[in-house]
Amino acid sequence: MQRIINDPNLVVEDMLEGFAKAYPHLVAKTENPRVLKFANAPVQGKVGVVTGGGSGHKPAFVGYIGKNLCDAVAVGEIFTSPSAQAFLDAFKAANGGNGVACLYGNYAGDNLNVKMAKQLAELEGIEVKTVIANDDVASASKTEREKRRGVAGEVLMWKVGGAKAALGGSLEEVIGAAQKAIDRCRSIGVGLTPCTIPAVGKPNFTIELGKMEVGIGHHGEPGVLVTDLKSADDIAKLSLDYILPDLPFQAGDEAVVLVSGLGATPVMELYIAFSKVWNVLQDTGITVYRSYVGNYFTSLEMMGITITLMKLDNELKELIDLETESMGLTQLGRR
Amino acid sequence: MAGFPSSRGREVLLALVQTIEENKAYLSEIDGAIGDGDHGINMAKGFRRAKEQLGEKEINLSDGLALIGKTLLTEIGGAMGPIYGTFFLKMSMQAKDKPEIDTVVFGQMLKAARSGVEELAGAKVGDKTILDTLAPAQESYQAAVDGNLSFEECLAQMVEAAKMGKESTRGLVAKLGRASRLGERSKGVLDAGATSCCLIVEKFAAVLRE
Repeated sequence: MQRIINDPNLVVEDMLEGFAKAYPHLVAKTENPRVLKFANAPVQGKVGVVTGGGSGHKPAFVGYIGKNLCDAVAVGEIFTSPSAQAFLDAFKAANGGNGVACLYGNYAGDNLNVKMAKQLAELEGIEVKTVIANDDVASASKTEREKRRGVAGEVLMWKVGGAKAALGGSLEEVIGAAQKAIDRCRSIGVGLTPCTIPAVGKPNFTIELGKMEVGIGHHGEPGVLVTDLKSADDIAKLSLDYILPDLPFQAGDEAVVLVSGLGATPVMELYIAFSKVWNVLQDTGITVYRSYVGNYFTSLEMMGITITLMKLDNELKELIDLETESMGLTQLGRR
Repeated sequence: MAGFPSSRGREVLLALVQTIEENKAYLSEIDGAIGDGDHGINMAKGFRRAKEQLGEKEINLSDGLALIGKTLLTEIGGAMGPIYGTFFLKMSMQAKDKPEIDTVVFGQMLKAARSGVEELAGAKVGDKTILDTLAPAQESYQAAVDGNLSFEECLAQMVEAAKMGKESTRGLVAKLGRASRLGERSKGVLDAGATSCCLIVEKFAAVLRE
């Protein structure tokens, strides 16, 4: 294992120390070492926006704590859901008295812990509503959408939900906007190499040299197709073949495109693939309204890419355009 | 054999910690085949924390099980934190204020653990989960109790059923959790939760028999 770590069992603790030191104007520690919050949180009267999940996905999840984005994040072990206690403490850290929107990804552990934390929060008088991201088209068929995993589309869900809350939306409105965002998102991942959890010390799945796995999950969950490694153009085209018909995205639509690396792929290559995505969308009559290209939601040191599209309407455009500042995503207003 | 004195809670807790520690690598290896390979590591971390919190203190069985349950629930996360957290907390509640754990009380503990896990996870036998071990173990134990067998016999039947239940997961397709996304490809390997549950059930039987 070629890694820059101290104790493999303490990588999450050690990372959080560094993260909090690096962005003191954005994030603050809380009494729970597994919960970070926005430096200004909670804002009285504002709906609190919370997410959480396993570690190893930098900038997700703590990288999306910030202005007009997430107020608090529950942090789990590598690839393991945070505890119910961590989610509960994140709800408390984010609660400004008007309820908390918990926007997270569809994984068994996260579902159980959020469910328990939500019950505990209710006992303390904090109303919590949830949106469960399920944008990964490869993880289940369209008829079983409730089984699909949440992947990079979560970033757009947080952007939209965070903006709605910042603009004074009620809990119902924040939940409604975030749900709409994820309902209009479709993603797929392509993996080129496996990844290694430091405490395990070896990869727990394999991708042969010269092969790629289409539909791979953010923790190495097997995809739908293992094939010879293709060119960036072919990877982009193949990915869109899964994404476009699923929603479907059609001529005349306006969309946000998010191309994220999985951790070890050079960012340069993401732009090579993005260029082809843009061309295919143009040929299909779909306008690219805004693009994000970079490492937005990774999977330790896996090589690979995820491609996400979100179909816009006027509300989503306004929310996607709102300025934001966080480690993972900083933007001024529209153009 | 008479009932097991509740005052010997420390012994039970330490025995459970030991069995999870000893099998940490094995459980992670099983989990790696169709999960993410951290089941043993996370379980061991939780059990170790419970042991640290116990320190040098004596503890009764109900409080000991509650200590494990609360630690797993609040500090471990994953799916296993709430599932095993519920398992141990439900057991603890049934053992509360019982000076002695006898055939009947242990049956109530098992039954409460089973229904707690069923309710929380929405799992049933055949889904390739912890319940493939826990459900038959509880049923066989209860059948033995109903047949008026001794505590020792009841525990032995429970262990036999747990082992068979665990082995049955090899041929099953996962219906819940991360492995369920593998569909048919989840066949052929043991379920990590069913395996750790079998270790826990076996250890319970071993300590209670002493």
